[in-house]
Amino acid sequence: MSTTSGAASIPGPSARPVWRKLIGFNLLSAVILGAVGYYLGMRLGHTIDNGKSFEYEAATDENDIGLLLAYVFGVIGFLIGLGFANYPISRLLGRPASLREKETGGWGRYFGLCTDHKVVGMQYLVGIGLFFFVGGLNAMLIRVELLHPVPTFVGPNQYLSIVGMHGTMMMGMMTSGILGPFANYFVPIMIGARRMAFPRIEALTFWLLMAAGFILCSTIFFGGFPTGWTGYEPLNDEAVRGMDSYIMFFALVGISMALLGLNMIATIVTMRAPGLTWSRLPIFVWSVFATAVLMVLAAPMLVATLSMAALDRTINTSFFIAGGGGSSYLFENLFWFFGHPEVYILALPGFGIVLELLPVFTRKPLWGYRLAVSGMLGVSLLSFFVWQHHLFVSGINADLRPFYMLSTEIISIPTGFIFLCFMGTMWKGRASFRTPMLFCMAWAFNFLIGGLSGVFLSDAPSDTDTHGSFFVMAHFHYTIMGGLIFTFFAGIYYWVPKMTGFKFNEKLSKAHFWLMFVAFNSTFLPLFALGMKGMPRRVSTYAPELQTLNDWVSVSAFVLGFSMLIFLFNAVYSLIFVRIPEEKNPWRSKSIEWQVPTPVPVNNFEQIPVFDSDPYDYGVPAGIVGGGQPAAAGA
Amino acid sequence: MSSNPTTAGQAPEEPNHARRFTTIWIVATIIALPLVIFLLGPNLPPGHASEQASGHVTDNTVLFAMATPVFLLVVIYLIYATLAFRQEPGGVLEGTAVRGDVKLQTTWIVITSLLVLSLAAYGTVRLETDSGAGSGNGPNPLVVPSGPKLPVQVIAQQWAFTYRYPTYGGVETTHLYLPANEMVELHVTSIDVIHSFWAYQLGVKADANPDVDNVVFVKPTKIGAFDVRCAELCGIWHGYMYDKGHVVSPSEFSTWIAQQQKNFAPATKVLPKYATTYLPEPTRRAE
Repeated sequence: MSTTSGAASIPGPSARPVWRKLIGFNLLSAVILGAVGYYLGMRLGHTIDNGKSFEYEAATDENDIGLLLAYVFGVIGFLIGLGFANYPISRLLGRPASLREKETGGWGRYFGLCTDHKVVGMQYLVGIGLFFFVGGLNAMLIRVELLHPVPTFVGPNQYLSIVGMHGTMMMGMMTSGILGPFANYFVPIMIGARRMAFPRIEALTFWLLMAAGFILCSTIFFGGFPTGWTGYEPLNDEAVRGMDSYIMFFALVGISMALLGLNMIATIVTMRAPGLTWSRLPIFVWSVFATAVLMVLAAPMLVATLSMAALDRTINTSFFIAGGGGSSYLFENLFWFFGHPEVYILALPGFGIVLELLPVFTRKPLWGYRLAVSGMLGVSLLSFFVWQHHLFVSGINADLRPFYMLSTEIISIPTGFIFLCFMGTMWKGRASFRTPMLFCMAWAFNFLIGGLSGVFLSDAPSDTDTHGSFFVMAHFHYTIMGGLIFTFFAGIYYWVPKMTGFKFNEKLSKAHFWLMFVAFNSTFLPLFALGMKGMPRRVSTYAPELQTLNDWVSVSAFVLGFSMLIFLFNAVYSLIFVRIPEEKNPWRSKSIEWQVPTPVPVNNFEQIPVFDSDPYDYGVPAGIVGGGQPAAAGA
Repeated sequence: MSSNPTTAGQAPEEPNHARRFTTIWIVATIIALPLVIFLLGPNLPPGHASEQASGHVTDNTVLFAMATPVFLLVVIYLIYATLAFRQEPGGVLEGTAVRGDVKLQTTWIVITSLLVLSLAAYGTVRLETDSGAGSGNGPNPLVVPSGPKLPVQVIAQQWAFTYRYPTYGGVETTHLYLPANEMVELHVTSIDVIHSFWAYQLGVKADANPDVDNVVFVKPTKIGAFDVRCAELCGIWHGYMYDKGHVVSPSEFSTWIAQQQKNFAPATKVLPKYATTYLPEPTRRAE
C-alpha cells in the first residue's frame, strides 16, 4: 500500500529503480525486520539463560530474558525497517542526508516515517483511536463478567488480564490522546511555525507507541498479567511472561512520552513566531506546555522503575523483593511518583481544549487568561507533591499523611481556577451549543463530580473507606474519561474538519454526544455507591445483593460502548463516504489554524505570521450600549 | 432570557443576572444542605460498628456538606448559563469583551483556599485524635491510644487471612473474633505479595506488605459479624479473598479464644515464634 506512492514521492534527484520500490523503508519492511529482531532476541535470550534448551524454555514459559530481548530487538528492527536509522547512518558515512522524510505525496505518507507534523497528527489520531477501541472492548468484557456475582464468562486469570489490559492500554495510550493528534498537528500552526523542533523525534514517538500497543496486545499469548495497570511488586515478580509485555509496553510509552514532551517544550519555547509573546499564547498551547513539563519529568521515573522490575524478573536482583533486602514500598513510591503526574498529564490538555473552545462558541474573550495559565502551571507543579495519597493506608510514612492530605487538597485550588475561567467565559456570552461546545459543557459537569469525589479520597480518614474500592474507580473514570475523553471528542468534532477538510454529520454527532453523556453518567455514578457499599476493585466476584446495581452499570456501559460505535459510524460515513467539504472557518474562530488554507500546505505558511494579540479577540467592549451587536458592526 | 437587541442606543431589558443566579444558588443550598446532613448523612457507610466507623460517617457527612454548595454552584451555573446566555440558532451576536475581574478572582482564590485549608485541618485533626481513624499507621504510630489494648496480628497471604493472638500464646487461627468495646491493636503484615486488610463495617483498612508491620487501632462497639475483604490486587484469587469477622461480648471472646488455644495447641508448637513480621520466601515463581 505504501510502497509505491510513498517511495515515489520522496523528493530527491535520484529516482529509485523499480525493484527498490518494493524493499524501501516502509511499514512492510518494518514488520519483517521487527519479526526478525524478535526471533534474534528470543534466541539470544535463550542462549544467555544457559543450560536450558530453546524447546525447554518455550515449553515451560519461563524465559523472561528471551521475551524481553525479543521485544527490544523487535522494536529496534521495526524502527530500522521504518527508516529511522537512515539519517544517522548517512551522516556517519558523510553522505548527504534527507532532512525531510516523505513530506509530500499521497496516502503513502501515512503508512511510514513522515516528518510532517500534520501527517504525524493524523497518524496519532487513527493509531490511538485504534487502541482506544481495543481498550474499550476490554471494558465491555469486564462489564459482561460483572453481570453476575460469580464468574460465568471468563476465569479469574483471564478476568484480571482483561482488567489489566483495559487499564494499561487506556493509561498508556491515552496519555498522548490529545498531545499526540492535536498538539502535534496544531501547536506548530498556532505558534506560527513550519514544523516541530525535532520532526524525526516527533515521528519516533508515534511509532514507538504503535509498537508498544501491539506488544501489550501480545500479552495474551504469554498468559496475560495479573497486576492491573499499577503492576505492584512483588506480584509483578511472581507473574508469568505476560508481565514482560506490560513492562515493555509501559517502558516504550514512557520513552515516547518523555520525547514527545521534550519536543513540545523545545518547539513552544524556541519556535514561536514574532510577536507571539507568552501572554499571547493560545491557552491550548499553554496546557500542552504544562503537560509536556510533566511528561519530561515523570516519564523517565516510570522507565527506570520498570527497568528495575525487569531486572528483578530476569536476573534475580531484588529491588522490590523483601526476602532479598528490597522493599515492595519502593515500587509503590516510584510508581506513583510517576503515576500521579500521569493522571494530570491526562487531565491538563483537556483543560486546554475546553478553555480554547469556549471563547469561540460563546463569542467572548477567554475570561481570566492569566488565572487559567497559573492554574495549569500550578496543577503541573503541585502534582509532584501529592503521590503518597495513593498510599494512605499502606503504612508508608504514616506521619506524613497530613502533609499529603494538605498538598492534595491544595491542588484543587488551581483546578478551581479553571472552573472560574470556564464560568467567567460563559457569563453573558452568546453560546451556540454545537457539538464541540456540548462536549466542553459535559467536561465541566463530569470533572466537577470527579474533583469533588477526589476530596473524599484526599481526606485520609474518609479514604479508609473508599481506597481500593469501586469509589476510586468511579472517581478516576470521571476525571479521565469525563475529563480527557470528552475533551478528546470535543477536539475531534472541532478540529478534524480542519484536518480532513470534511464535515461531520451534525445529527449523528449530537446523537453521539447525548448518548455518550447520559450513558457515561449512568455507568459511573452508581459505581460510587457500589464502592461505598464495600465492593473492591478488580474482582470478578461480589456480594449478591450488589447485583442489581452492577447489572444497571453493565447495561449502561454497553450503551456507552454503542455510543462509540455511533461515533465510528459517523466518522466513516461523513469523512470517507459522504465527504461534504467543510467551510473554511465553520466556527468563526479567530485562531490562526482556521486562517490557513485547507488542507494545510506542507510548510503551513507562505510567510511566517506576525502576532499582535492573543486569539481571543471576540465580543464587543463592555460599556458599549447594546452589547450584543455583531462584531462586524464596528463596535 | 435576553431579548435580541436590534436597535442600538436603547439598553435592552437585561435582568440582573448576578443577583438572580446568586439567589437561586443560595436558596438551593439552603434547601439541599439539611437534606444532605440529616437525611443522607446518617445513612452513609460504613455504619456504626466501631468508634472509627462512626467517625467515618461523620467525616463523610462533613465532606458531603462541604461539596454540596460547590456542586450546586457549578451545576446551577451551567443550567443558568445555558438558558440565559445562548445564541439564537445561526445567530452571529457577540458577547461582552470582558477579560477578567480582579475582585471576583481574588474572592474566589481566598474562598477556595479557606475551604481547602479547613478541610485539610479537619482531616488532620480527625486522623491524629482518632489514632489514625482506622487506616494503617505503619510500624510506629504517631498517636497511640492510652489504656489496655488487645494485639491481634493479621497475616495476609495468597489468598487468605489468618489471625494470631500474641497475648494468648501466639495461637494462629483462620477466624477473626474481637471483643466488643475493647481497643484492638491490629498488626497487619503479609508473607508474600501486597494485600490490604479491609474490615468494611469496622472502618478499617490497612495494606499488608511483606516485611512490614502496619498497625491499626480499632474499637468495635457493636456485636455482630463484619466483612473482611482484600482491597489490593494480589493475584488471580484476589476476588475470593473474603471472610467474615465477628465482634462478640468479652466473655464469649474468652470462651472462644480458650477453645482455639486448645484446638490449635499442636499447630502453635511448630509455628515460628511470634514476631511483628515474617520474612517471606523469595517470591520467585515455581521453577
